[in-house]
Amino acid sequence: MVVDDPAFWRAGAISTIAVMSVVLIMLTIDSLAAISPGGSHVPPYTVINQHIDYKFDSNRGFDVPVISGAEPLFGKSLDEATAAALIDRGKMVIQSRACIDCHTFFGNGAYYAPDLTKAWLDPDWEGWQAVTGTDTREAAMVKFLMDPEQYRTWTRAMPNLGVSEEEAQSLVAYLKWMAAVDTNGFPPNFNQIEKRQ
Amino acid sequence: MYRSQTLALKYFSAAITLFGVMTITGLISAYYYLNPDFLLGILPFNIAKILHINTLVMWLLMGFMGSIYWFLPAELGRETAGIWAAEILFYVFCAAVAVVAVVFIFIQYGGSNEAALWFINQGRKYVEAPRWAALGIVVIMVVFAYNVIGTAIAARKTTGIITVLMIDLIPLILLYLIAFPAISNMSADLFWWWWLVHLWVEATWEVLIGCIMALALMQLLGTSRRIVETWLYIEVALVLGTGILGLGHHYFWIGTPNYWLTIGGFFSALEPLPLLGMVVHAVYDAGAQHMKTTNRPAFYWMMAEAFGNFIGAGVWGFMITLPQINLYAHGTQWTVSHGHFAFWGAYSCGVISVLYLVLQKTRNLAFVDGPLWKWSFAALNLGLVGMTGALLVSGFVQAFVERAIGGSTLNAFISGQENAWFVDGMVARFLLALVFTAGYVVLVWDVLTLGRRAPAVAAVAPAQ
Repeated sequence: MVVDDPAFWRAGAISTIAVMSVVLIMLTIDSLAAISPGGSHVPPYTVINQHIDYKFDSNRGFDVPVISGAEPLFGKSLDEATAAALIDRGKMVIQSRACIDCHTFFGNGAYYAPDLTKAWLDPDWEGWQAVTGTDTREAAMVKFLMDPEQYRTWTRAMPNLGVSEEEAQSLVAYLKWMAAVDTNGFPPNFNQIEKRQ
Repeated sequence: MYRSQTLALKYFSAAITLFGVMTITGLISAYYYLNPDFLLGILPFNIAKILHINTLVMWLLMGFMGSIYWFLPAELGRETAGIWAAEILFYVFCAAVAVVAVVFIFIQYGGSNEAALWFINQGRKYVEAPRWAALGIVVIMVVFAYNVIGTAIAARKTTGIITVLMIDLIPLILLYLIAFPAISNMSADLFWWWWLVHLWVEATWEVLIGCIMALALMQLLGTSRRIVETWLYIEVALVLGTGILGLGHHYFWIGTPNYWLTIGGFFSALEPLPLLGMVVHAVYDAGAQHMKTTNRPAFYWMMAEAFGNFIGAGVWGFMITLPQINLYAHGTQWTVSHGHFAFWGAYSCGVISVLYLVLQKTRNLAFVDGPLWKWSFAALNLGLVGMTGALLVSGFVQAFVERAIGGSTLNAFISGQENAWFVDGMVARFLLALVFTAGYVVLVWDVLTLGRRAPAVAAVAPAQ
């Protein structure tokens, strides 16, 4: 009987792997174009010079980033190369401090601390401006990142990871850029509920 | 005994030691949820977590390598080629793991520069080991592949299982190279990182454990080569047929196009199929042998492997894999519940099963049984399945309170984590982790004393 013959299933395994691998490679080529900075789903790094929001899109059926108007980070509009350098530095901070082993990015990582996908848009930062004695969201974020133990909010404290002011600024730039990535609606309803209230 | 099999014993010793480190650092991580100030400033949560998940990967990898070094010479009828290099690299491997652990514990992190990634911490989940150590793992895996392929060449023969193994080792090594780059764009970084993590854990590792289980089944139950090879090919076809594009279930929310929602959802929904096939295979073989075996712990751990793989990886994975549910379940303790059950069922039980087979041979035992393995089997499985259930309760609460109701902000996260049901789940998880730890201690005791206790369990013939 054919189904008892290992050779039959060996041929099946080889052909299945070949077909699936070819399809994966084709989809990878297409996806890499979509997720490169400036691609259809991932904004260019200079998006940090603009205002970013996250709103429900009735056509697509979920929340999408909405990019509009000028809103330079730390009051300075950056050219492409400077913005890219800032984002590069931000990622190095994220890796060197192993942020992903407490937090999640796009929902990937550890689960001990909040997801950072849209952290830039968190309405809580308004309250933090008063706590940190700053007048902008980005300044409040920098103060917090440089000394998180001082600004402890609840039972779990973020440890002081020796983040310098420059490193903190690059992290904030990274979070702002990441908030503008089109994540197919993840996380759902982010800040929409508090806005409705 | 072949030198390769002596080396296998060393690998099993190292694997079981790292299993212990994984358990202790898991306990520490679990306790952090109950007492967040515990070791804060000394050993932060992220370092405990890094040690927990990296020792998980390393003990399983060492268990796989030990299994192959054990079965290979008998399968091909000669000493493993280049065994001297493998023997040296074993000590290099152990020393490197120790150095990396010391650096993680005492240095923890560096500045935002390349040197920190080379020598301290790469900060990418599962592959946090600094690059020098990752390079070392590549060298070890290349030599391991040479051992397998070189032995087949020197013996001028191969078998279906060894051929599948040789082919599987190539993507296993190539995919690990993704452990090195630091890509600034998080979407691209995670895109490639999932090639490594998914195509290791849900593809090449599944094939590897499939080969190991095939070799073990022939020894344990005397199943015919024709049957195990047929099943191995079926499993390879189904695991890779569903798993390669099942990769798409990790591409729902990282910035990738939305066609992945359909492709990833469809193929990952099929991923339980090969795992169900393994259950059918195991039950069929056990029934064909009328459950008769001379090694009860190996037999029951193999059954636990088949059922655990299907339920933990297959059913628990299916529960959260469709995008409509994953939108809320992703990145919550629900995922942790699946992760624990899946790694345990898919890999850990299989490695423990092979360990008992190896001990039967090395200690020359006609029959392996006794009370200790039953206690460890019960405590480890009860602890693990209990943890899975507790994490599931917390995961449901988090998905509901943080994601669905709260909209995933910082306040919503805190509301979810402080919810009484979430906290109850975390307390239960810790208590059941203690049960699991007790099971580990009994396992080690049994493994160390098997056949050496008086009266020797081996001397007693099976009652049936």
